[in-house]
Amino acid sequence: MNIAPHTSASNGSSVPQGSSTQDDASDRKVISTRNLDLTFPTADGSVQALSDITLDIDRGEFVSLIGPSGCGKTTLLRVIADLEKPTGGSIEVNGTTPEGARQDGAYGYVFQQAALFPWRTIEANVALPLEVMGLKAEERARRVRSNLELVNLIGFEKKFPWQLSGGMQQRASIARALAVEPDMLLMDEPFGALDEIVRDHLNEELLKLWATTGKTVVFVTHSIPEAVYLSTRIVVMSPRPGRIHEIIDCDLGADRPLEIRESPQFLKIAHRVRQGLAAGHAPEA
Amino acid sequence: MHADAPTRLAPNWQALLAFLAALASLFSALAATPFTATMDGTAALMVAALLVGAAALSNLRLSAALESAILAIGSFGAAWLLLGGLNEAFGTATLGYWLALLAAWLLGWRLVSVLSGDGVKTGTSRLIALIVPAIFGLWILIFWEALTRGAGVPFVLLPPPSAIGLRIAAATDILAADFVQTVVKAVLIGYLIGCLTGFLVAILADRYRFFANGLLPIGNMVSALPMIGIAPIMVIWFGFDWHSKAAVVVVMTFFPMLVNTLAGLAATGHMERDLMRTYGASHWQVLGKLRLPVAMPFIFNALKINSTLALIGAIVAEFFGTPVVGMGFRISTEVGRMNLDMVWAEIALAAIVGSLFYGLLALLERAVTFWHPSYRQ
Repeated sequence: MNIAPHTSASNGSSVPQGSSTQDDASDRKVISTRNLDLTFPTADGSVQALSDITLDIDRGEFVSLIGPSGCGKTTLLRVIADLEKPTGGSIEVNGTTPEGARQDGAYGYVFQQAALFPWRTIEANVALPLEVMGLKAEERARRVRSNLELVNLIGFEKKFPWQLSGGMQQRASIARALAVEPDMLLMDEPFGALDEIVRDHLNEELLKLWATTGKTVVFVTHSIPEAVYLSTRIVVMSPRPGRIHEIIDCDLGADRPLEIRESPQFLKIAHRVRQGLAAGHAPEA
Repeated sequence: MHADAPTRLAPNWQALLAFLAALASLFSALAATPFTATMDGTAALMVAALLVGAAALSNLRLSAALESAILAIGSFGAAWLLLGGLNEAFGTATLGYWLALLAAWLLGWRLVSVLSGDGVKTGTSRLIALIVPAIFGLWILIFWEALTRGAGVPFVLLPPPSAIGLRIAAATDILAADFVQTVVKAVLIGYLIGCLTGFLVAILADRYRFFANGLLPIGNMVSALPMIGIAPIMVIWFGFDWHSKAAVVVVMTFFPMLVNTLAGLAATGHMERDLMRTYGASHWQVLGKLRLPVAMPFIFNALKINSTLALIGAIVAEFFGTPVVGMGFRISTEVGRMNLDMVWAEIALAAIVGSLFYGLLALLERAVTFWHPSYRQ
C-alpha cells in the first residue's frame, strides 16, 4: 500500500497513478493562497470570515482544516471550490483561477450531507456529473461501475438513496465526486452527520481510497482524532476573524490501522492540535 | 352460562341497537300497519325477521368472513326490500319502516367495521379498501332514495337517485353532446393552454427576474378578478362557442400554475445547487436535472387545483351565452323548466368527470414523484 507521506519528507514517496508526477517544485503545488481575505456583508456590519490566509498544498497531500465553528474552515474550502469569491488576496488552484479549476472539473466536492437526488438511482446519481460533462453512455457506465467498486457499493446500483443507510449514501456521494476523475477531493465534514462506528469505518476506507487514487484531499473537520488519523498536515484555524493559527505536520507513516489512535505518537500530535485550538481560541493580548 | 358467555357472545353496540330497532319494527309490522301504502304485510314481516335474525347472529362470536356475509345479506337484503316497498307509495312510510331502515343501516355500519377493523387482516386489504367506501356510497344512495320517496320530498327540491339514474339512461345522447362541448372542447383545451403557458412563463420569469417582478402583481390581480366579470367579456371577445369558455379556463388556470411552478423552482436546497455549480452546469442543465424534478410536487398541486377550477369555470361560463349545447347551458335552462332530474344528471356527470380527472392526475403524480417522502415505500 502506497500512502504518500506529508510533503516535508516527500522525496521518497511514490505518487500513485492518476496525478501528474513531475518533480518540479512549482508544479507540485495544487492550491496556493496568498493573504486571502473574505468579508461577508451582513445586516449589522460586515463579518470577516477569512483573514490573511496564506497556504500551499502540494499534489498528493491530505490536508485537514480544523477549528471551532466560525473559524472559516468551510469558507476557505468554498473559496478553493469557487463557491465563494474572496474579497482580497490571491488564490491559484491547479495552476489557474478557482473558477477555471471548477470549469475544468479539477475537484470533486463532498458535502456534509450526501445530497443525492432522491429521484435518481445510486448509479444515476454517480452518473450525474458525467451527464453534465456530456460524456458518452458507455464511458459513463464504465466510470460509474469503477467508482462504485472503489467505495464498495456494487450491488446497490439500482437502489434509490433513501433505501440506503447514511453511511452508504455518503459513500455514494464520494463515488460521485470521484467519477469526475478530479485531481483533488474537497471534503466538507463529510462524516459529521454519521455515528462514531460508521465514521471510523469510513475513515479507514477513505485512507485506502486516498492511497489507491493518490488524489490531493482537503478535508474540513472539527474532530481532532479524525484529523490526526487521516492527514499528512493539519491546519489549525481560529475564529473572529477566521485565520490560520498553526500548521502541524502529521507524520504517522503510510500504514495507519485504527489502533494507531492509541499510540503515543498519535496522542502527541493530537495533544498539539488540541493545544493549538485552545491557544487560537483564547482572546488576543 | 357463566362459563359459556365469554366464548359464545360477542355483543357490539351497532348490532344491539339494530336488534332493538328491528324488534320494534317487527311489532309494528305485526300490528297490521304496513310499512308503506303499497308494501304488503308478508314483505314487511320478512324484512323485520331478516333484520332481527342478522342482528342477533352478529352478537355471537363468529368468524369475520361469516359475520360479514350475514351482515351483508341482512343489511342490503332488507334495504332492497324496503326500497321496493316504496313503489307508488310516495310519502307514506310509517315509523316501522324507518325503524327497519335504521336497523339495516346499523348492520351496514357493523359490516364496515368488521371488514376494516378486527379480524380480516390478510392479503384482501386492497379489495376491502374498495369495498368499504363503496358500502358508504351505497348507503348514502339508499337513504337518499328512501327519504325522498318515503317521506315525500317534493321532486323539485330533491329528486330520488333512481329518477336521476333513469334520466341519465334516457338522455345519454344529450349528456354525451354536452360532455364533448364542455369537457372535451372548453375544459381540456383551456386547461392545456392555461397550464402550459403558466408553466412556460414561470420558467421565463425564473430565468429573467425582472419578468417575474413585473408579472406577478399583474397575475395576482388577474386571478382576483371575479369569473362572473370575465366570462361575459370573453364571450364578446371570442364568440358564443366553446372558445370563449376555453378562454375563461385559461385565465383561471394560468395563475395557479405560474405561482406554484415558481414556488417549486425556488424549493431547491443550497447544497444541491452548490453541487451543480461544482460541475460547472449551465442554467438549463441545473433546471432540467435538479430544479424541475424538485418542483414536480408543486406542479402537480397546480395541475390538481386547476382540474377542478377548469370544470367549474367552463360550466359557469356557459351561463353567459352559449350555443344550445353544453353542461352549463343544460343546467341553466333545465332549472328554468323545472326538469330537476336533468340538472342532477348533469351534476352527476360533472362529479364523475371531475373525480376521474383528479384521480388520473393523482395516479400520474404518484408515478412521477415516487421518490417524494409522502409516496416512498
